[in-house]
Amino acid sequence: MLRFLVRRILSAVLTLFAVSVLTFLMFFALPRDPVSGMCPKNCNPERLERVRQELGLRDPLVSQYAGYLKGIVTGRDLGGAQGGRCDAPCLGWSYVNNEAVTDTLARVLPVTLSIVIPAAILWLLLGVGLGMVSALRPGSWWDRAAIGFSLTGASLQLYFVGAVLLLVFVYTLRWLPVPGYTPLSADPLRWASGLVLAWCSLAFLFSAIYARLFRAQMLETLSEDFVRTARAKGLGRTRVYGRHALRAAITPVVTVAGLDVGAALGGTVITETTFGIQGLGRTAVDAVRAGDLPTIMATVLVAAVFVVLANLLVDLLYAVIDPRVRLG
Amino acid sequence: MSLSPVDGAAPAEIGASGSAGGAGPVVGRSPGQLTWMRLRRDRTAQVSGAMLVLFVLVALAAPLIELAYGIGPRDQFQGKLDGAGMPLGYAGGVSGEHFFGLEPGLGRDIFIRLVYGLRTSLFIAGTAAVLTAAIGVVLGALAGYLGGWLDAVVNWLTDLTLAMPFLVIALALTPTLTLRFYGQRDAVPPAFGVGVLIAIFAGFGWTSTARLVRGQVIALREREFVAAARASGAGLGHMLFRQLLPNIWAPILVSFSLAVPQFVTGEAALSFIGVGLTEDTPSFGRMIYQSLDYLQTDPAFVFFPGATIFALVFAFNLFGDALRDALDPKSSR
Repeated sequence: MLRFLVRRILSAVLTLFAVSVLTFLMFFALPRDPVSGMCPKNCNPERLERVRQELGLRDPLVSQYAGYLKGIVTGRDLGGAQGGRCDAPCLGWSYVNNEAVTDTLARVLPVTLSIVIPAAILWLLLGVGLGMVSALRPGSWWDRAAIGFSLTGASLQLYFVGAVLLLVFVYTLRWLPVPGYTPLSADPLRWASGLVLAWCSLAFLFSAIYARLFRAQMLETLSEDFVRTARAKGLGRTRVYGRHALRAAITPVVTVAGLDVGAALGGTVITETTFGIQGLGRTAVDAVRAGDLPTIMATVLVAAVFVVLANLLVDLLYAVIDPRVRLG
Repeated sequence: MSLSPVDGAAPAEIGASGSAGGAGPVVGRSPGQLTWMRLRRDRTAQVSGAMLVLFVLVALAAPLIELAYGIGPRDQFQGKLDGAGMPLGYAGGVSGEHFFGLEPGLGRDIFIRLVYGLRTSLFIAGTAAVLTAAIGVVLGALAGYLGGWLDAVVNWLTDLTLAMPFLVIALALTPTLTLRFYGQRDAVPPAFGVGVLIAIFAGFGWTSTARLVRGQVIALREREFVAAARASGAGLGHMLFRQLLPNIWAPILVSFSLAVPQFVTGEAALSFIGVGLTEDTPSFGRMIYQSLDYLQTDPAFVFFPGATIFALVFAFNLFGDALRDALDPKSSR
């Protein structure tokens, strides 16, 4: 177990390192002056030159990168115009937003978390529930309805669903306010009403995939001997289906869910654009448009951290769900 | 897994009887024939297959349709818009002349733009799917069969691509790549945008096929027929393409048929956040993105592109599902 953990964490760190190197190269080695994006208003040659100096853009790429890494691990001094000392997980200073990148992240991360976590709970419950219903009565009216629902959901686009929901619930019926983010701690009701459309459209689209996946897996599990044995020795349907079979059939759902949630936490770009909510994804897109390198690096890294963490978590969960899996 | 097609079983016979338990002598059928037979009997497959053929035909015949329709994708009908740039008439200006109405603002015909958008989308998605399948199959089979460092590298690359946020990277790469090949003020030919999109899809997409093929090859690697071929001195190419791949083309085909709609939606998603194609290349995503501004004033403009892309992806998904069922030897259908 410990050996497995250590090996996985090492490989995760290696992946993150590679992601950061690639992102770094992509922006510094490619032909666009990184400074032009960092000095938005009243730029004159001297100011540009000072920014270059402060950023160490005159240094070789390797030492620039080393400085960046050092900032993440121990913090670094950024110089006067950039708020001076930048503490340990230092991701640099954004000239476009005029603040430390960590502050930007601290502002937008809760937004993305508020979108993704409730949506993920919703889509998992809905997907597994639908899959269960249709697997227990294959060929029935319920099954057909669930399959139809999931095929429709899998073929729809988020921006389309979002647009229709917006049109119906916000602009026509006026049941909901225009989507936006209010911190949960400030006003839970407004928090929910501003995000509920985003949750619903994400859940509709994602649960479709899970329903199909879980249905197929459940059907396979139900035809296995241990299910018949459990029924034969007198266990109730609820217990056999809800405990024994569910546990055996849920592993692929866990894998896909881990990947999806990890990727979604890295920024629900389309969702945030559709509903006009400023989360991690929109921040990343804005940063790319503005050529705001430190923010791009940070958002890409954070996204990668989420994916890698989610993968690790899935592997650990496997061992809990399925005793046949031995980590080592 | 028997792969001995009985050449005597003519496809005509299957086409004529059409049912597995039909009268007549027992005829051996190759897996391909079985699949074709199952597909022909599956109503979902028939309908979705017909829809796909229709879509492809429309895409291929776009210039002919333009000729018959009499309106080009860049023609503007400012005269049919009101003072605020909104199309006159009901449902966004739907009429016998403009089947799906007009775009607000520029007043271009939505129907013909969708026809050309379909062409762009299908071309990009099809090419990207073929490329990903080719790269994924070769690398996956090599990694699975040879193992060792190559396997480690392919695995690690897969993890790496999974960890990169696709949309953000694509958004960042497209303008930088364009700048690398064309100057700040050069006119960028539309074909270049298409090429960049295909390259990005192929670069990010091959890993899932590679993972699939790798798993299947590992499962087959120690089987007797592989050992036999190796013992009789078969080369690497022969092992991969003549011995291993013929056994796993079913999952590859399914993953291919499901990759195409993924790339269709991927292209739309990228256009939606504003990357990729230039303004004069008609594209689904671009149209939807532009239409969202008119959600309250001209919902028909949102509806037509959204519904078309839904129908296209839906048909692909249905067909992919039916194909999976038909290819599955355990399937009872």
